[in-house]
Amino acid sequence: MSEHKITVCVNGNDMSGHAEARLTLVDFLRDVLGLTGTHIGCEHGVCGACSVIMDDKPVRSCLMYAVQADGHDVTTVEGLEADDGTMSPLQDAFWENHALQCGYCTPGMLIAGHALLSYNLSPTDEEIRHAIGGNLCRCTGYQQIVEAVRMAAEKIRGETS
Amino acid sequence: MKAAPFDYRRATSIDDACRALSEGGDEARLIAGGQTLVPLMAMRLARPTLLIDINGIAEMSGIAIDGDHLVIGGGTRQSDALGSEIVQRHLPLLADALSHVGHDQTRNRGTIGGSLANADPAAELPLIAQLLEADMIARSVKSTRTIAASSFFESAMATALAPNECLTEIRFPLWRKQKTGYGFHEVSIRDSDFALAAAAVQLTLDDKGACTRLHIAIGGASPAPMRLGEVESALLGTNLEDRTLHAETARLATLVDPQGDIHADASYRRRVARVMTERALQSARDRAMGTNP
Amino acid sequence: MNEVTKPRTEFRYVSKKRRVKEDKRFVTGRGKFAADINLPGTLHVAMVSSPYACAEIKSINADEALALPGVHYVLTGEELSQHINPLLSGLDLPDVKRLPLAQGRARYAGEWVAAVVAESRHIAEDAVELVEIDYESLDYVIDPEEALKPGAPLVHPENGSNVFFNRKWVWGEVEKDFAAAPHTLAFRARWSRCSTIPIETFAVTAAWDDGKDQLDVWASIQMPKYPEQIARALRIPVNAVNVHFDIDVGGSYGLKRGIRQTVIVSYLTRKLRRPVRFIEDRLENLSGGEMHGPDRIFHMQIAFDNDGIMSSLKIKATDDCGCYPGRAPLQLGKPVSAIVGPYRIGSAEYEATSVSTNKTSQEAVRGFGQGPTNFAIETAVDKVARSLGLDRDEVRRRNLIRSDEFPWRIPSGSDYDSGDYHAVLTKVMEAAKWDAIHARRDALRKDGKLAGVGIATCLEPSGGNSSFEPLFNLKNDTTTWMESCLIKVDMLGTVTVSIGTSTAGQGHETLVSTVVGEELQRDPDTIRAIHAESLMALPSNSPVGSRMAIMLGGAASGAAKKIRDQVMAIAAHNFQLPVDRLVYEGGDVSVEGDPQKTMTWTQLVDIAHRKYHEMPLGSEPGLQASFIWEVPTGGALPAADGTVQMYPCYSFEAHIPLIAIDPDTGQVEILEYYIGHDCGTVINPDIVRGMTLGGIAHAIGAALYEKFEYDDETGQHLSGSFMDYLLPSSHEVPPITMVKHYTPSPLTPMGQKGSGESGYLGGAAAIASAVNDALAPLGKEITTLPMRVRDLEKLLNGD
Repeated sequence: MSEHKITVCVNGNDMSGHAEARLTLVDFLRDVLGLTGTHIGCEHGVCGACSVIMDDKPVRSCLMYAVQADGHDVTTVEGLEADDGTMSPLQDAFWENHALQCGYCTPGMLIAGHALLSYNLSPTDEEIRHAIGGNLCRCTGYQQIVEAVRMAAEKIRGETS
Repeated sequence: MKAAPFDYRRATSIDDACRALSEGGDEARLIAGGQTLVPLMAMRLARPTLLIDINGIAEMSGIAIDGDHLVIGGGTRQSDALGSEIVQRHLPLLADALSHVGHDQTRNRGTIGGSLANADPAAELPLIAQLLEADMIARSVKSTRTIAASSFFESAMATALAPNECLTEIRFPLWRKQKTGYGFHEVSIRDSDFALAAAAVQLTLDDKGACTRLHIAIGGASPAPMRLGEVESALLGTNLEDRTLHAETARLATLVDPQGDIHADASYRRRVARVMTERALQSARDRAMGTNP
Repeated sequence: MNEVTKPRTEFRYVSKKRRVKEDKRFVTGRGKFAADINLPGTLHVAMVSSPYACAEIKSINADEALALPGVHYVLTGEELSQHINPLLSGLDLPDVKRLPLAQGRARYAGEWVAAVVAESRHIAEDAVELVEIDYESLDYVIDPEEALKPGAPLVHPENGSNVFFNRKWVWGEVEKDFAAAPHTLAFRARWSRCSTIPIETFAVTAAWDDGKDQLDVWASIQMPKYPEQIARALRIPVNAVNVHFDIDVGGSYGLKRGIRQTVIVSYLTRKLRRPVRFIEDRLENLSGGEMHGPDRIFHMQIAFDNDGIMSSLKIKATDDCGCYPGRAPLQLGKPVSAIVGPYRIGSAEYEATSVSTNKTSQEAVRGFGQGPTNFAIETAVDKVARSLGLDRDEVRRRNLIRSDEFPWRIPSGSDYDSGDYHAVLTKVMEAAKWDAIHARRDALRKDGKLAGVGIATCLEPSGGNSSFEPLFNLKNDTTTWMESCLIKVDMLGTVTVSIGTSTAGQGHETLVSTVVGEELQRDPDTIRAIHAESLMALPSNSPVGSRMAIMLGGAASGAAKKIRDQVMAIAAHNFQLPVDRLVYEGGDVSVEGDPQKTMTWTQLVDIAHRKYHEMPLGSEPGLQASFIWEVPTGGALPAADGTVQMYPCYSFEAHIPLIAIDPDTGQVEILEYYIGHDCGTVINPDIVRGMTLGGIAHAIGAALYEKFEYDDETGQHLSGSFMDYLLPSSHEVPPITMVKHYTPSPLTPMGQKGSGESGYLGGAAAIASAVNDALAPLGKEITTLPMRVRDLEKLLNGD
């Protein structure tokens, strides 16, 4: 089995590590880089708990091998906050709206919401539900998540303080 | 659910990929989007010894019009095809079908070629390729050949691609006439699940509303997506009134051969295949008439 | 009980909007889940599962597996069974042994037979494929009704039959009431095998420390008496087991009991002297993790008069427990707590049978059996209405217990503490615009769809209790069901609250800091809540039975009041005045009518910690208090006829969904959803709302999508991945309108009742009600859940 030395730009920092070919991107992030914010829910691409941004697009990190991410940019939940630790408007909106309970699907939801807001700052509720349609949540029934994304969009647009 | 051990190499060009595939032997496989392959490997249902990564090969990616064809590189991301202005303008049926393929996140990795080469009986892209009689361009170290859709989809999860071939390009014929419309309907359990049955139609009407050209295809109701030649013949020349559509699609039950599974048995698929076909015909007719955008 | 239509306004913090403090770590990716624990030197486990529904294990050859580099050990059921005690069962079945790994015989497809230990999970899985097991396939039984027939293959031959439990209780003059009733109805209803399976699987790390003779455990756990069960199984003292309850649990809703997984890794760490970790993958979890839920056949009979007044009810519940009886069969017992629902039904008969089959074992699911039971009861009520040509809401109105009748004693012995069912029903009908929603339904019907409005009025018994344990096992005389809280005020005046159990998203830190803040009149944001390790934790029965708002809240109130009393005593001593001449405000204490004479919180705390010379005589220094609370109305064994006060507090919910069905495909769309909800005083509104909306999402899954499917012929489990077991996404769960009502409980310090099971307990009943309303014009009905696409289509169009 081939072993690879890879460098992935994670949350703006070049991070290197060793990965055997079969190591998935999510396992690389969690076990090699110690970024345990991204979670594993199914390992077959259904639940979305492992969602990360790769090269500006949300993808399932359990469906990629780490070697495939060599030379690419990845953003995880840890990269959503500012360098000084200030939460992004989306993260703050999740907190304000209690858009979570157990927190396990939350990183994936934030990634999906973040991706949506990166190209659509006025999403309808339908568009929000679509954007998170590939992320399963067992706690919330989704509604407070939709409200949080809506509120974050308003905040970013500058419509509320 | 960790995959069995394998070697990995990244291909730098189509030639490189074909060479690696040829040298890699029986257990070598290409990986494109991986949205289907990686779960199979995680469950150890697929155990390639060598994965050849064809992501990022520029010459395999692209969307262009070439005469009367829409040409899409096999490595083109499904999300890029869905969002492509060229696709939306020239082949809206393909965009519609793509919107049913998985989720945003899987479409960001999944490729057009990958879905076609996978040939799931319920998949949307094979259905569209079959409907439109697309040509699949397959390359190996030794040759490049064109495989017509009707020969390409052999059975469930089986295509005419040889183990050492790479699906580099797909050519969809375009229908240029006015009063051309498409219909696409599928039934799935949840919004983005595999279709239990799917129907695609593209047709052209003359000035009086009579149907002069008609393609109908069904997915999920047989091992490979199938054209419904009998129904097409029966409907050509008619004005596709609802009554007529209902009557002529009745024969579908005898034409299809669905497989049951945990989600729906064969008799369900048989019945809803007919419903989907009827609805797709109605949508296509209404679009061609301009009464339904 | 008085009507209360608005939240109580005398609270400073309780019932007010407040951010949930736990959320901060989760939105920044800083949660600490069991799989995030990665101690140096950890070894990893993967399971070898039986491919057969039932088979004798003739031999296990691990040579090839052990030869693989990186593999450390292969543990068989044979070895493990020699060193541990069998796991606890809620039933008295001494001949039925439940072990973490199959010993001698594997009894369901997917049962764990051996555990492979290696340097990585990857290598462990490689080695799993190399373990050679010689099986001899045996007869098996899959269907529970088949399992009850004479001659059926026995899952546990030593048990003599496939009956784990059977008992019938008769409360009141049931036969007389049936004989006297102008009408009776009988029908069968089916709640199929499903569960609230979480997104996080069960994960556990166990590390044995030879230097301290201590076992440390980090697990994704929600289980009463978890440390005790670990100790008992491993034959080590309970005070050798330290469970880290500060692990964040990624959803549980009852299921995360994980005792088999825990005993396996705990045994291995003691043997191998390295930390051992097992994270179920989804395949292991769905087939072998034993997280399946109630799987119940109801035979219902209802007696009623021409006005639809129900006088008596007979419920026969047969539940398919699967292979081993842990705590799950008791899910037949909990519904005794609300056996007649929210209705004034005067007599009831209940027969409960728990059946063994060669399927994955059941585990506790949110509601502990009340969800399925409410579905059966509400189906009965709808049928009563339909049979008489009466409106379904009207029949409910006529039968619901009235607000001036509480506390109300039901035939099985429980008192419902308080409620205003009619007001909640009225509220939700107004929110849904009852007449207009029917007009919308009718418009959909005109458009070619089938459409229906559903209604369900259901109870959520809350507070927890052990009472069904002695009810189902006369040898188990447990009547204690407590919760604890420890509060420390440090020398500089900040408050820390310690709770003795884990949390899976219910917001316990926010709960206790809000309650303690309320009692001490100190800002909850300044109060820290921590999860004590089990060696230091005060007794807890963990967040089950929708109990924590009541019990943890009550314990927190009790401890906080003690702190307040201590503070008052210090002030009284220093002012040389009796306590009743003093006023406590925000932690400061003043002389009544003389606000100049004030001792501040900071001063009082300082005295407590540092100035013993200013303390009342004989005081304990420092400022801390604990309170352990036995469940109110608890503490008694059931009577011989089975009557007992089962749970203390009863929350109420009324659901109204509007659904449309595509008559050609069987697809159901939930177009509108309204719920009226009353859980008494709400401690944190966002938490209660989240619980309720999430509960409805679970109910949608149970009603329309989720079923653990088995092949009757081969005994194979067919729903082994998320491609086969379908969870509702944001497309399947609609926006939901929730209207609140607040009837406090007289039994709790702030009037709070439970809401941990809200939405789930009535949702499936409501959706079934809507679907049947849609089918009624066609003269069709469906009483089996889930009502999947293919089930409805077949009912409508099938051959």
